[in-house]
Amino acid sequence: MYYQPEIETMPREQLRELQLERMKWSVRHAYDNIAFVKKICNEAGVGPDDLTSLEDIVKFPFMVKQDMRDAYPFGLFAVPMHDVKRIHASSGTTGQATTTGHTTNDLTYWGDCFARGIYMVGGSQDSTIQVSYGYGLFTGGLGAHAGGEAVGCAVIPTSSGNTKRQVQIMKDFGTDILACTPSYALYIADTAIELGYDPAKEFKISGVILGAEPASENMRQEIRDKLGVQYCDVYGLSEVMGPGVAMECEVANGLHFAEDHFYPEIVNPDTLEPVPDGEYGELVITTLTREACPLVRYRTRDVTRIISEPCPCGRTHRKIDRIVGRTDDMMIIRGVNVFPSQIEQVITAFPEIATHYQIVLTREAQLDKIALNVETEPDFPIDEVRKIEDLKRRLGAELKSNLQVQVEINLVEPKTIERSEGKAKRILDLR
Amino acid sequence: MIDQLSVFLPNKKGTLSTVAGALSDAGINMHVLVIADTAEYGIVRIVCDTPHAAARALSDAGLRATTTPVYAVRVPNTPGGLTQLLAYCEEKGLNIEYGYCFLLGEEGAIDVLKIDASAEDVLEAGGFEMVEPEEIYRVDEA
Repeated sequence: MYYQPEIETMPREQLRELQLERMKWSVRHAYDNIAFVKKICNEAGVGPDDLTSLEDIVKFPFMVKQDMRDAYPFGLFAVPMHDVKRIHASSGTTGQATTTGHTTNDLTYWGDCFARGIYMVGGSQDSTIQVSYGYGLFTGGLGAHAGGEAVGCAVIPTSSGNTKRQVQIMKDFGTDILACTPSYALYIADTAIELGYDPAKEFKISGVILGAEPASENMRQEIRDKLGVQYCDVYGLSEVMGPGVAMECEVANGLHFAEDHFYPEIVNPDTLEPVPDGEYGELVITTLTREACPLVRYRTRDVTRIISEPCPCGRTHRKIDRIVGRTDDMMIIRGVNVFPSQIEQVITAFPEIATHYQIVLTREAQLDKIALNVETEPDFPIDEVRKIEDLKRRLGAELKSNLQVQVEINLVEPKTIERSEGKAKRILDLR
Repeated sequence: MIDQLSVFLPNKKGTLSTVAGALSDAGINMHVLVIADTAEYGIVRIVCDTPHAAARALSDAGLRATTTPVYAVRVPNTPGGLTQLLAYCEEKGLNIEYGYCFLLGEEGAIDVLKIDASAEDVLEAGGFEMVEPEEIYRVDEA
């Protein structure tokens, strides 16, 4: 079953025609209405008229996250505020957040993209979907919600947190599909088991749509086994839209890219040259229908590859493989994007703390934990517990308010944090 | 005032032993050792000979060590000796961060107090006798 059969199974040639038509519109829309896009295109000596085939997109300059930060808050909006119906923002320190606007059409298409995934896990208008992603500026909650509404599901907006109640609702309301982060899905499953249930047998749930953070195959299998579900991996990023840019069908071998709304390229992150299908590289996205915030060749920093072989499920949109890494040092903590530079920025505002630091990522009870090892400066008085505790508390509060995640602070002895020449190994990921 | 040796100890096996070992290797004699413990780390406060040399020896051993000026007050080695001192501090609004006591020789007790203010004159005006560092340990230069 497909949510939009005519689009999802559209013959490739016809799809490419649709893509080209939309790409021409999108690039022109961005060029005409966003001063920054016009500027970089002019500098690169290209314009909308140079786009006569899909492959011509490689002539255009890239856009990166820093461009969005520089344009904060609305510098990359291509429509007047009159037409903006919603604004999402990524986490980030003040002034560093990135904002994305959505028009009515943008929101409708977003719902459609996510809705395809609901059908992929066997959902329909008869399904009940529990959205345990956080609702708010983060796109997870409202994105999944829009998908559920597009399909016509009964949507339960539980948001994240209060896990025992999540279990209770899942059982009592007969949830068919759960949408959240993989680590939270596993946490819900474990909580249900602790409460004495066997969700795989006793609960109605049959599908999960999980994304916003990496998950190993072991973890996926554990979720499948514990909840007794089909697993749909959902890819998305708030700069481009939110969850639903690509979704994994029942074949479980890659995520169908919503090629009617987004044009994917894979480039070599060093040379920035396109690589052939099947080869790993950085995913670059050009939006095809976005009205409020169109993007031309946006570098996602996510590493994946294109799977172009026809999929047995019948969908013709090409797939991307699971994200295998990042080309920058971004960390994903409980679905929240965190850069070491954000932490560094906070640390430098504390004269008591030495600039050497180490970030340790662990997973406890299925939840990501982030700890920060820091040293105090030699003149910081270490003889009083109160002063040390006060420092830890202030640093912790500052990090929490900047990163939106709780960070455990460990003061360590001098020189236990590795000093290395050149690029220091700042992150220890034990997850 | 006397110079207390302060050492920050992460809650790891063997760190206190490292402290004692490093001081022993440097030939430094300890007179008092007090540990303040929290769930995640400990703070060791030591009165020893040549405290600055001791701090350097511990720093060389990779520990976080420093000297901290603290007040050493002589009180009579009798019931109520400490009470009098604490009551006086309260009366004068002196805030004590931490403290500990030890005996020096036969006759006298010494209360060591960390007060985040200049309290020497106030204490002496109250009739309390400050103990000179030389009476307790071998002094060295910073």
